[in-house]
Amino acid sequence: MGIKKKLQEIPLHLMILPGIILTVIFSYVPIMGTVIAFQKFVPSKGIFNSKWIGFDNFRYMLDMPNFTSVLWNTIFIAVLKIIAGLIVPIIFALLLNELAGAFFKRTIQTVIYFPYFLSWVILGGILIDILSPSSGIVNEFLGVFGIKPIFFLGDDKWFPYTLVLTDTWKTFGYGTIVYLAALTGIDQSLYEAATMDGANRWKQMFHITLPGMLPIITLMTVLSLGNVLNAGFEQVFNLYSPMVYSTGDIIDTLVYRIGLVDAQYGVATAVGLFKSLISFVLIVLSNKLANKYAGYRVF
Amino acid sequence: MHKTSISRKLFLTFNYILLTVTAIVCILPLINVLAISFSSSSAAAAGYVKLWPVDFTVASYKYALTKNEFLTGFFVSGKRVLLGYIVNMLITISIAYPLSKEKKALGMRNVYAWFFIITMLFHGGLIPTYMTIKSLGLLDTIWALVLPGAVPVFNVILLMNFFRNLPKEIEEAAYIDGAGHWRVLWSIYCPLSKPALATISLFVLVGHWNSWFDGLIYMNSPSNYPLQSYLQTIIIEVDPSIVSSNELLDMSEISNRTFKSAQVFLAAFPVLIIYPFLQKYFMKGLVLGSVKG
Repeated sequence: MGIKKKLQEIPLHLMILPGIILTVIFSYVPIMGTVIAFQKFVPSKGIFNSKWIGFDNFRYMLDMPNFTSVLWNTIFIAVLKIIAGLIVPIIFALLLNELAGAFFKRTIQTVIYFPYFLSWVILGGILIDILSPSSGIVNEFLGVFGIKPIFFLGDDKWFPYTLVLTDTWKTFGYGTIVYLAALTGIDQSLYEAATMDGANRWKQMFHITLPGMLPIITLMTVLSLGNVLNAGFEQVFNLYSPMVYSTGDIIDTLVYRIGLVDAQYGVATAVGLFKSLISFVLIVLSNKLANKYAGYRVF
Repeated sequence: MHKTSISRKLFLTFNYILLTVTAIVCILPLINVLAISFSSSSAAAAGYVKLWPVDFTVASYKYALTKNEFLTGFFVSGKRVLLGYIVNMLITISIAYPLSKEKKALGMRNVYAWFFIITMLFHGGLIPTYMTIKSLGLLDTIWALVLPGAVPVFNVILLMNFFRNLPKEIEEAAYIDGAGHWRVLWSIYCPLSKPALATISLFVLVGHWNSWFDGLIYMNSPSNYPLQSYLQTIIIEVDPSIVSSNELLDMSEISNRTFKSAQVFLAAFPVLIIYPFLQKYFMKGLVLGSVKG
């Protein structure tokens, strides 16, 4: 490589340098910090003087009476969210696509997309109010049909489904727009040709629309595999309470309580590392599959 | 034109109704809580408030806007949004540009790219990140809210792909005229990328405004809480030390419920205001993201 070329590259290296430094400090240093998962970590001694204890923290984690149920809750909630997050937006994209009026279509899109831009603190505040068994509007509405008040956020039978439903409320507008964008990419002449051949709307949907959406549906499905352990910390943290720990406590909230509330840094990091490692494998796998079946590349 | 069959008409009617009802159901919770925030405490407590305020009053808003914690939170949030936005955009642009170059223009391009991608695949997790920020002495400073998220890799990839698709002729002409990389980036790439930059800007601004967890854990003193973190502590946990219920009982017009509702709306207000006007950019961003590669 010539000297001149090297010199030309210098400004590019300089540009990227601040980003590199910040990434080293705030991403790579914490990754190295996960070694405390193998220590009996004492903050006053620091990483270099705390005692190494091998896999004791992981053994402790597996022996925790609630670990299995927390792991199960995480997967259960995350998988239900993934399924709802795939099906609901596809249905709404198809329904919106049938509309002729651009104004009505855009209005609906704008409205259903809006909750996506509110934080879980705000949505949590709203949900706690409307779902209250004593004064919430939802239970008042159900009362009209003679249904007894349901404690959606305090009853452990209802809690996971409340999470899935309210998460769908926040995010399905986003998904709908992604699928709608894929729909507008379908060649319109295919529909004209099909109409001439006498294919009705149903046939058009199954033979043109859905196959046209298939690449993006495959991509979204495969990529969502990486989220199997992401049950949604921000949502659960703002909606859960000790009453629903049995079905609503997830890995991330457990890490928060062990780590920042009980200050058991080593154990919390071990639990977090357990999740990170599995997620890492899932993400790499899902990207490999996405590349194979949908030609997807991250960059 | 094929004639519209009866079943098609039926379907369309059903479709319009279903979509309208869904959209209404999506915003009803917001309207209900908005109505509560403008109602008197007794009406709210008695459950009279549905979708329209009962005994209209702005007392809860007045009270929220005179509360120190609330105003401080607003100020901290404003500061973090501004600082965070500037840092975020500068970093995003200055990483996306070199990465958008071919390997022959930047030999280490793929090494750099993987260096950033890895951070998307693997995280240090809550405790190690917290310890890093603590040992840097950033606790209780605004930088704890700005720097850890300063490299949004997803946005970098989005912008990089946009840069790659720009026409190369202008750029090459500029090089021949003696312009360097900095000049090309600021005078050619950035102006040409306005739509992408606008979309990324919106997501960054809303993201910083909405963040609450970092404030909660990195700020020891509640006086350093951004608005959403402060709200988290009062709306979700109802910490009596922050909102004393006696203080509220003194004011008959306000109850905890109307007061909380008012604060929820004040915090959502900035997003509520910009959203209708800029929603086309919000939507464009998605399309931008979904056709990358």
